[in-house]
This record gives sequence, C-alpha cells and structure tokens, in this order.
Amino acid sequence: MVTLVGILDLARFQFAMTTIFHFFFVPMSIGLAVVVASMETMYVIKKEEVYKKMAQFWSKIFLLSFAVGVVTGIIQEFQFGMNWSAYSRYVGDIFGAPLAIEALVAFFAESTFIGLWSFTWDRFKPAIHVIFIWIVAIASSLSALWILAANSFMQNPVGYAIDNNMGRAELTSIFALMTNQQLWIEFPHVLMGTFVAGGFIIAGMSAFKLLKLKKDDVQVDFFRKSINIALAVGLIGVGGTVITGDRHAFELQSMQPMKYAAMEGVDETMDSSKRADKAQPWSLLSVTNPKTHKVIARIEVPYVLSILGNHSLTGGTTVGTTELNKQFEKKYGKTHDGIKDYYVPENTLFYAFRVMAVGAGLLGMVALVALWFNRRKTNLILTQRWFLWILGIMTFFPFVVNTAGWLVTELGRYPWVVYGLMTIADAVSPNVSAASLLISNIVYFLTFASLGGVMIWLSRRVLHDGPDAEKEEELSPRDPYEDLAGSEEAAR
Amino acid sequence: MSFLQILWFVLIAILWSGFFFLEGYDFGIGMQFIFNSRNQDDREALYESIGPHWDANEVWLITAGGAMFAAFPYWYASLFSGFYLLLFIVLMALIYRGVSFEFREHMPTIQGSQLWERFIAISSFIAPFFLGMIFTAMVSGMPMDAKGNLSAGFFDYVTPFTLVGGIAVTLMSYVHGLNYTRLRIIGDIRTRAMAQLKVLYPILLAGEALFAILLFFYTDFFQTKLLWTLIILVAIVLSTVIGWYLTVNKKKEVFPFILSGLTLVEVVILIFVGLFPRLMVANNPLHSLKIINASSSPYTLKVMSFVVLTALPLTLGYQIWSFWVFRKRIVADKVVE
Repeated sequence: MVTLVGILDLARFQFAMTTIFHFFFVPMSIGLAVVVASMETMYVIKKEEVYKKMAQFWSKIFLLSFAVGVVTGIIQEFQFGMNWSAYSRYVGDIFGAPLAIEALVAFFAESTFIGLWSFTWDRFKPAIHVIFIWIVAIASSLSALWILAANSFMQNPVGYAIDNNMGRAELTSIFALMTNQQLWIEFPHVLMGTFVAGGFIIAGMSAFKLLKLKKDDVQVDFFRKSINIALAVGLIGVGGTVITGDRHAFELQSMQPMKYAAMEGVDETMDSSKRADKAQPWSLLSVTNPKTHKVIARIEVPYVLSILGNHSLTGGTTVGTTELNKQFEKKYGKTHDGIKDYYVPENTLFYAFRVMAVGAGLLGMVALVALWFNRRKTNLILTQRWFLWILGIMTFFPFVVNTAGWLVTELGRYPWVVYGLMTIADAVSPNVSAASLLISNIVYFLTFASLGGVMIWLSRRVLHDGPDAEKEEELSPRDPYEDLAGSEEAAR
Repeated sequence: MSFLQILWFVLIAILWSGFFFLEGYDFGIGMQFIFNSRNQDDREALYESIGPHWDANEVWLITAGGAMFAAFPYWYASLFSGFYLLLFIVLMALIYRGVSFEFREHMPTIQGSQLWERFIAISSFIAPFFLGMIFTAMVSGMPMDAKGNLSAGFFDYVTPFTLVGGIAVTLMSYVHGLNYTRLRIIGDIRTRAMAQLKVLYPILLAGEALFAILLFFYTDFFQTKLLWTLIILVAIVLSTVIGWYLTVNKKKEVFPFILSGLTLVEVVILIFVGLFPRLMVANNPLHSLKIINASSSPYTLKVMSFVVLTALPLTLGYQIWSFWVFRKRIVADKVVE
C-alpha cells in the first residue's frame, strides 16, 4: 500500500510538473505568433522596413519558445500511456481522438509552415510570406482547441456511454464532445490568455531594453513601436480574459460547484435571502484549515459575490464545500475507490484565483498607462524610468497568471481524473515502478530547470544584441579548428 | 476483425513508415554533426539542409502516437507503460535534439554552438537506437498479464535481438542521412559521405543478415508467416545491395536515398506484418494483445477515419510543396560560392 501511494504521488507530481512547464511555453508561443504576425502584417500594409525588422527580431524569441513548447509537448502526449495506462484504457476511445486530430490537423500545419516562414524571408513576396505566419498562429490556436476539447472532457464528460463488456467509456457523439459547454468557456479564455502572454512579454522586454538605451539611440523608435503593437494585442487579451473568465466562473456554479465554492472560499452554504442585505459578501482573503475544511479567518467585501455569481447587486446562493461534500458522498459513496472525501485543495484554489484576477487587473492598468506614456507628443515613457521598470517586470506576469489559471482548472477537479467518472487513484499505471517514476521525475526536473535557464539567458542575449545585430557569420569568430593554423602563424 | 480495425492497423504502419523515412535522415544528418563535419560551414550546411523540415518530420511520430491512442487505446497503454524507461530515454533524446537546433542558432560564440551540436549528434544516435529496441522487443514476446500490463525487466528487452535491432535502425538512419547529404549538400562533405558509405554498406548488409538470423530465434515470424517474412527480408537486403551498387558504382544520388529510406520502411512493414493480427506479442500467446479486442469502438474508428482521409491528403500536399520550395542544393564550401 505504501508503494502504491508513492507511485500515485510521483505520477501526479510528474503530471503537474510537466504540464506547468509545457504551459509556460504554450501561451507564450501562441501569443508571440499572433504579435509577430501582426507586426509583419503592418509591414505588408505600411511597407516600412522597421516593421519587417520587428517581426524578424521578435521571431527569435518566438522560435525559442516554440522549440521548448514542442519538445515538452511530446512528453504530454506520451505521458498518458506511460504513467496513466489505466486511464488510457478506460477513456482512450474518447480522449485519444482529439489528441490524434490535433497532431494531424493542427500540428502538421504549424510545424510545416513555421519552417517555411522562418527560411523564406527573401524568397516570397511580403504579402505571401505573411500568410505563412498567420497559418502558424491559427494552426497553433487550433492545437489549443483540440487539446482543450480533451481536457474539457475530463472536466465535464459529455458525448459518451459506458460499455460494461469492455469496462470502459466510449464515444457516442463527436459533435457533443466538440460542443461541450466547458470547452467553449475554457478555449476562449485560454486563447485570450495567450494574447496576454505574447503582448506583455514583448512589451516588457522592450521596456527593459529602453532602460538601457540612450534617448537619441536609433533603436528607441523600434522598441517604442514594438510596445504599441504588443500592448494592443495584450490589451485585447486582458479584456478578453476578464470577460471570458467572468463567464467561466459563472458557469462553474452549475458545472463544478466544488471548484467554484473553493475558489470563493465558501465553506458553509451562503443563501443571500437569509441575510440582512440580501446579498452575498465576497472574501478578499481567507484561510481554510486543510484538515477540517473550515474557513478559520477571512476578510469580506459586501455585495461582490452576488455581482460575480448572480450578475446582480443582490441575491443568489452559493452552495458551500461542506454541503457539496455531503452531496458527493451521497451520490458516489462515502469511500469511493479509497477516497476519504471530495474536498479540493481550497487555499490553493482560492489564492490562485485571486492571483489570476488581480494579475489581470494590474496588467490592464499597466498597459493603459504604457500606451498613454508612449504617445509621440509627450515621450513620457522615456523620462519616467520607474514606469519602464514596472512594465519590464510585467514580462514575467503572464507566466504567473496563466499558471494560476491552470492550477485552478486542474486541481479543482480533484479527486477526479474524469469528473464524476474516474478517480485519479484509479487512473495510474499499475505496472510502472516507483523507481522508474522517481528517476524520470528527477531527470525531467533537472532538464526543465536547465532548459528554462538557457531559454532566459538566450532571450536576454537576443535582446542585448538588439535588432541591428550583424549577421552571425560576420559577428562570430572563425572556426577554432581553422583558426589554429592562423593563430600559429600570427604567433610567429 | 472489422475493416476499420484493419484500416487503422495499416494507417498506423503508414504513419510509422513516414516517420522513419523522414526523421530517419534527420537522425542521420544529426549524427554527422560529429562524424562528418570538419568546420562550422559544414555544420551550418547540415542544419540548413533539414532546418525547415525536421520539426514537421517529427510530427509523424506524434501523429503515430496519437493514432495509436485513438484507434488502439489498449495497445497505446500497454506499449507506453510497458517500455517506460526506453521511451523515457527516447523522449529525453528528442527534447535535447529539438531545443539544440534552436539554441545553437543563438549562441554568442562558435564554441557555444558546438556544445549544442554535440547534443544534436548524441541524441540523434540515442533516439533511433532505442526506438529500434522498442519495436524489436515488442515482437519478441514480453511478459504480459491478461489485462495487457507488461512487467518486462531489463533482461526482457535488452537481448542480442533487440540490441541488433537498435543498431540496425541507427545504422540505416545514418546511411539514409549520408545519402541525404549527397542529395542536398555541395562541398567536401559530400565526398566524405561517399567514402563513408563505401565502408558502411557492407557493414549494414552484415547487420541485416545477423538481424534475420536473430529474428528466427527470437520471434515466431518464420513459423507463422514464413513466405511474407522471407519476401520482406529479401526486399530489405535487395534495397541495400542496389543502393550500394548505385551509390558506389553509378554515383547516383536520388535512387540510393529513396532506397535507404525504403529499407527503414521495410523494417516497419516486417514488424507490422509479423505482428498481424496481434498488436503486442506476449510470452504467453493467450495474453498477446490482438487487433480484434484492443481497438476503439466502431464509432470512434469511423470518426477518425473520416478525419484522416480528409486531412492526410491535404497534409501530404503542403508537406510535399514545402519540400519543393526547398529543393535547391546547399553549398557547404564557401570557396565554391
């Protein structure tokens, strides 16, 4: 029994680690593709060289993130079979389809056209060449659609029937799978999150560069224009995530009430009609005891939860985690497959949700101020160095908020791997040893740490060299093997 | 077995064939970063020759994996969890290879780039070797329970047969890569490729003979499908011999490349023909995974067939177009330019 728990924990840790690391680079590369495509589109429309240079320069960061995103994505696809073979057998009939379709329909297009695009700057007319990057951007968004269709099935299983002979779930309607309500609140939200990532990474990096440049440097114009395009995309992203996020939370009340209650720190059911103000207060901060699952301290703001959950100043009811746990126990049994209760990690969900919400607000404000400061009339952005620092630090924010969102989504379905259908404990591979899992966990961890480190270091280098860096051939020293002969001669 | 089940068995064989044909030479090019490059110009040319394609070529693997998941979830689950450590090594190799192509581009110094080029070369050896090992282990009878859970230990999948299988796939990929170099790159590197091929073809042939002998001892291919096994083995040997002759004696470029790719495809065909109607061979024949009861439901197979039959022609279309766009040869020697 001890080893079994070990395997489950190790497999869960591995899934969390690999998904989070992969999900650093997914929104980044999709978002950067959109921003770079916008830059090249500007070049096609305005025919100014600066936009071409911009697209080429930022594509370096984009290609770096794409490479890391691709290779960490292979782990994701293989991981279901490697660590979660019981899961793969049980829902493979449904879950495998969107993954295969993703590779076939989206990923092939993405990788073929990224090759075409990055190697043919001087071979196609700009108006043709720009099509390639848009195909990459659209195909990678489609990738997200298919992957999230698979994830949405885990969150809200639809379009299936249980086959008792085979002992598995089977697909009955691909149409139902693709029109899953969960998918169409999750996908737009994630897509807007990628816009946030692409926009603020470029704007933030530009701000760091502006801090280093003298005011009359020729590159200043380049980076100021980059900020404008990037933040236009980023602002669409912020607005989009807020609107879709609000809808997402609203729908959760009926689809995954446990997730919603934990996100809002509601342990005891809150019925507004029983309150004096007829409205639900919202917890700004709260602490839940992870053992008793009771809230031990909170700071409340009146009315706000009614606004969020009922879309009106008053009214609405939020079922608390205690009552929901009882409902689950009634429905699925008190000890379903060795599970003690149906609570989710309340504090993680509560604060991850707030990080996401506060992060979005902050990013939106910074973007508006940045666009205001960056106006040609005032050039405030060059004199207000403190603000450039703030904008620079925003480079890292999309990673934080996107990860927080991912944590809410995935931890919020605990203890289910497929909501209401299969528990995480039942999903793990029975034949993989703890030693194998431990080794792979350690190696993955070290690999991710070094890849992340190299990635940051190389991105800084790209930024340091700037858009006017000479071509590699001219810049780099000659080959050391060839040089040996030369330097010997020189020494003589 | 239904028609759709067989169709998907064939489609998965096609996807793996596509992967080995295309990524096979990418692996071979990767190996040449150590074994067939004298200077940075050579390595730049090697990268440029596969730069626009290697990523799309690797998607064949991802699609093959996804297709196994969607069409035969029991196969996917047994294979991937059963050969855990081997697959893990393949994954690590693919990860380091993939990022190295990108990282080497951005290194500030030549020495820095060379670090990643070593990663490319080493991982280009590791990936085909362990893939070859997995495929040969899959057909040589593994300890499996009735549910399809593999409990293979180190000595179950590390046997003379799987070692030779791994080396054969690696060597075939290297030869395929050398042929690709002769097809795509102009310069000294191409002359050296020819010199290496002269040595490697006979070694490959000997390896194939050894593989055929071990195949007899470690699998039931000769007992269950004698005729087919012999035909395919002869085809593998013939492809190699004709490729050898055309390369060394006739100095041809296109046909030897096609033939060396075909050799890899024929190995895939051999494995799949030998498997049929099974998907995984167990020690205990009763526990072998079979096409008939390891597939997805008829509905899922129908949906997937519809998707593949519409998307695959389109995919092939733009991939071929992309190869046509980059048909020009790459000059490795700056002096010639």
